[in-house]
Amino acid sequence: MAAAIIGSLGLSACGNATDDATSGSSGSGSASAATKLSITFLPKNLGNPYFDTSDAGGKKAVEEFGGTYAEVGPQTGSPDAQVQYINTAAQQRTSGLVVSANDPKAICDALNEARKAGTKVVTFDSDTDPTCRDLFVNQATSEGIAKVQTDLVTKGIGDAGEVAILSASANATNQNAWIDMIKKDLAANHPNVKLVDVVYGNDDDQTSFDKTAALLQSHPNLKGIISPTTVGIAAAARYLSTSDKKGKVYLTGLGTPNSMKEFVKDGTVKDFALWNPGDLGYLAAFAAKALADGTITGKEGDKFTAGTLGEYTVGADSVVLLGDPFVFNAENIDQFNF
Amino acid sequence: MTPTDTTTHEEAAPEVLLHPSRMPRGRRWLTTLLRSRELSILLVLLLVIAVATIKTPSFLFSSNSWRDLLLTPSILILLAVGQAVVIITRNVDLSVGSVLGLTAYLTGRLFIDHPSLPIVAVVLIGVLAGAALGLVNGLLVGFGRVPALVITLGTLYIYRGIVLTWAGSDRINASDLPRDFLALGTKQVLGFPVLFLVAFVVLAVVGYHLHTARSGRELYAIGSDPDAAVLYGLRVRRRLIAAFVLSGALAGLAGVVYTARYGTVSSDAGSGIELQAVAAVVVGGVAIFGGSGTVWGAALGAVLLVTINRALPIVGIPDFWQQALVGVLILSAIVLDRVLSVRRARQLIESRDDA
Amino acid sequence: MSRTYADYTHPWWRRLVVNREAVMLALLIGLVVWAIGNIVFFGTTLTMTYLLLDTAPVLLIALPMTLVIITGEIDLSVASVVGLSSVLLGDLTRSGLPIALAAVLALVAGLACGALNGYLVAYVGLPSLAVTIGTLALFRGLAIGLLGTTAVTDFPKGWTSLATSQVGSTGVPLITVPFLVLAGAFALLLHFSSFGRGVYDIGLSKEAALFSGVDVRRTVLVLFLLTGVVSAFAGVYFTLRFGSARGDNATGLELQVVAAVLLGGVSIFGGRGRLLGVVLGVLLIGTISSALRLQGVTVNVINIIIGALLIASVMSTSVLAWLPGLTRRKSPGTSPQKTPSGVGS
Repeated sequence: MAAAIIGSLGLSACGNATDDATSGSSGSGSASAATKLSITFLPKNLGNPYFDTSDAGGKKAVEEFGGTYAEVGPQTGSPDAQVQYINTAAQQRTSGLVVSANDPKAICDALNEARKAGTKVVTFDSDTDPTCRDLFVNQATSEGIAKVQTDLVTKGIGDAGEVAILSASANATNQNAWIDMIKKDLAANHPNVKLVDVVYGNDDDQTSFDKTAALLQSHPNLKGIISPTTVGIAAAARYLSTSDKKGKVYLTGLGTPNSMKEFVKDGTVKDFALWNPGDLGYLAAFAAKALADGTITGKEGDKFTAGTLGEYTVGADSVVLLGDPFVFNAENIDQFNF
Repeated sequence: MTPTDTTTHEEAAPEVLLHPSRMPRGRRWLTTLLRSRELSILLVLLLVIAVATIKTPSFLFSSNSWRDLLLTPSILILLAVGQAVVIITRNVDLSVGSVLGLTAYLTGRLFIDHPSLPIVAVVLIGVLAGAALGLVNGLLVGFGRVPALVITLGTLYIYRGIVLTWAGSDRINASDLPRDFLALGTKQVLGFPVLFLVAFVVLAVVGYHLHTARSGRELYAIGSDPDAAVLYGLRVRRRLIAAFVLSGALAGLAGVVYTARYGTVSSDAGSGIELQAVAAVVVGGVAIFGGSGTVWGAALGAVLLVTINRALPIVGIPDFWQQALVGVLILSAIVLDRVLSVRRARQLIESRDDA
Repeated sequence: MSRTYADYTHPWWRRLVVNREAVMLALLIGLVVWAIGNIVFFGTTLTMTYLLLDTAPVLLIALPMTLVIITGEIDLSVASVVGLSSVLLGDLTRSGLPIALAAVLALVAGLACGALNGYLVAYVGLPSLAVTIGTLALFRGLAIGLLGTTAVTDFPKGWTSLATSQVGSTGVPLITVPFLVLAGAFALLLHFSSFGRGVYDIGLSKEAALFSGVDVRRTVLVLFLLTGVVSAFAGVYFTLRFGSARGDNATGLELQVVAAVLLGGVSIFGGRGRLLGVVLGVLLIGTISSALRLQGVTVNVINIIIGALLIASVMSTSVLAWLPGLTRRKSPGTSPQKTPSGVGS
């Protein structure tokens, strides 16, 4: 009986093979040349201000070059949650998929299935295994991002004492890359600074809030916290600003100016770093366009223009770099609005 | 039939079980207290705190820790009290997590869209919204002849879907809320956090009502034997609806408290907390089959669960194992309840045969 | 479940057409046809492939769950068993064990989980709702404890593509084959064996079943063993399909399974229901979900729809049973109605 159901679905599917062609050409966003390009952004999870900004940058780019923009994503940043959206993109024959991956390997099969169906895949912010994507747009080198945070925290605590890391999710490629570099940097250049704990807030505000409280409770001598995630640092700052450790524990990491403004003003946080996520999304969208309309193929040495940002060259491993990280503090934070 | 006859069987059937009204009031009260499940949970709780404090004195003895120890369970206490009332009637309310999410988001939205509303008004609206959602549950269970498990399973989906559709990926941020409201999250009065005091007052009122008022005690009767309650003439439907309205209202209050405590609300706030509430209630001595247990036990169960979560990393167990521990606690509680009730039934039968 | 003389007086074609499964089948076909015509890209084999791949775990677990609910019990721990078997598969593979062996061990673990549930419910006599809430936390806790919040994503290519590959070029995923085999086996068990008859009897009345010679305790134990091992199998499939073993895999799946089973016409009170309805229920929910997603509607709306469908379908059984009571006078032969109590004693 179940076979009958499947059979009926199958029959209707086969019988509608001609429907594909007609609906394909009449619908918007098919991958055939000279029609509108459809670019879909798939961040790690929705409801994250960092991705709101980056995806808005992507939207601006897509509108500039006249494509159709869409943003989809799961509620929580678990590896398998993104697969369904990748599948849907493959079904809809999206021209370009721009993804920030929750895990380097888990979504590979789905991505390759999409590429087989004709979609170009660009990763940004958090990469996958190089074999599953056409291009990776990185905000800066991993070493650079790690170094700026290590420098900030060691300077802030006087280069001696206990520090901890409040990360996002345990599998995120970018998080693990940065944490590795931070550990190496500390071991090589800061012998008196000890990393005592790494906790995961899963880019969830409540979890990060509670984890910060737990960190301070279990490590009473903690002097510094690095949080390389914009959700984590905002939650940690909020907890710190009402606790008696404010000013005694040095909090830094990657944060957006808007969410950190009040904490810099009230002294909870002295400085932190980031880049412009809007530019990152903008660049990624143009990269996807360049791939989808055939301007580049993603190999090293390819050049393409990214609207107002100028010309970019593809580096080794099909990686494109946006620039260098930027340090925000009390003097310059008012100049930014994102 | 004389009291002296039963004394020979004292070791098999304690006096307080058979002839409680014959004991002097003070002694009866003391015996009940000492044999109570609530006391044993309190002892376990104190033990956990003691072990953690020995390892790291700042677990208890820093101003923040004391505050956090009482503040963090406040939300779960509110949910556990409501859930206990429902479970006592031999039902269950799985939708409380979604109700919490909905009212938490509603609270934030009210502050953003109507900044002139006083805090008291927003709190009231939140509670009433929760009560309304609970009323839906109550009506469906009372009139629908369908087990509460299924109804609240459905409303869990529906309410969560409403929040997700309403909020989308939008979040309420702490910066959107009024200062004084957020301050409630950390303010203390006489050394006790305000939010904890709220939970405690609710607990006391509900606990007193269940113990002394007729409508409260009837809930126990309904849970013990619903058919007998109907035959006896109790207004079962009305009590059931009231129980669900209470559970919903407390979940609504918990949503407001959540917003005050965390300041940030996303559309998946409160996801999964309903099972924690049921766990707290079961661990706290309320039989899943209804008819027994107190809200005090449920509240203690809630505090115990949250405190264990905090204490584990200090003792060196990564808090990943917390949920497994909770599972063991629930199973032990149920098995213990079963063993005790079987033994008690046997004792009662024996003494009846001997009398 | 009170069959009156009136039920036997309907002509055979009326009984064939006006029953729950037929209505659901009609709804399903109608929905598919409508979607093909109105939703861009729905009418492709890829849609069917993804639909079956996505609903496979629910389809699989719904089979033994149907039997469990028919006996009047419930098993809320199935999603945690999925997570635990997923974690075991990942952890054991990561520490060097050949993946086939790891998969077998995961199945054994599922069996053990089912044994714990079954023992506590059948032999100790504890209520299944409470027990399975406890084991839900315990098994999920073990899963999370073993792997923390990391995920194992390193699985042999051959195995992961096996999970997503299809039969020939039809687009029907390979997982459908074991599902059909299991569905057939369960249908035989439930509708054509004395064991199955015992299952229905227990649901109608435990005491009566006991007195008619059904080994109630053993039957219930076997049913929980079945949910355990099938959930573990679904866990292995889930892990290989997504290529990721994580402690929180499949969280919330138990509610989807229960919702689908109840939607399929199985009564929560026990004693009635058929497998066909359940399978149709799963496919119906899956198709709605797939169609909405392609339409660009947020999947969140589906939550509202599932919830409403669930309540409506369960209440419809009660309402339909109550309606004739309005017009017909109560005859002495009607069986006592259950009072609106909670978890179905």
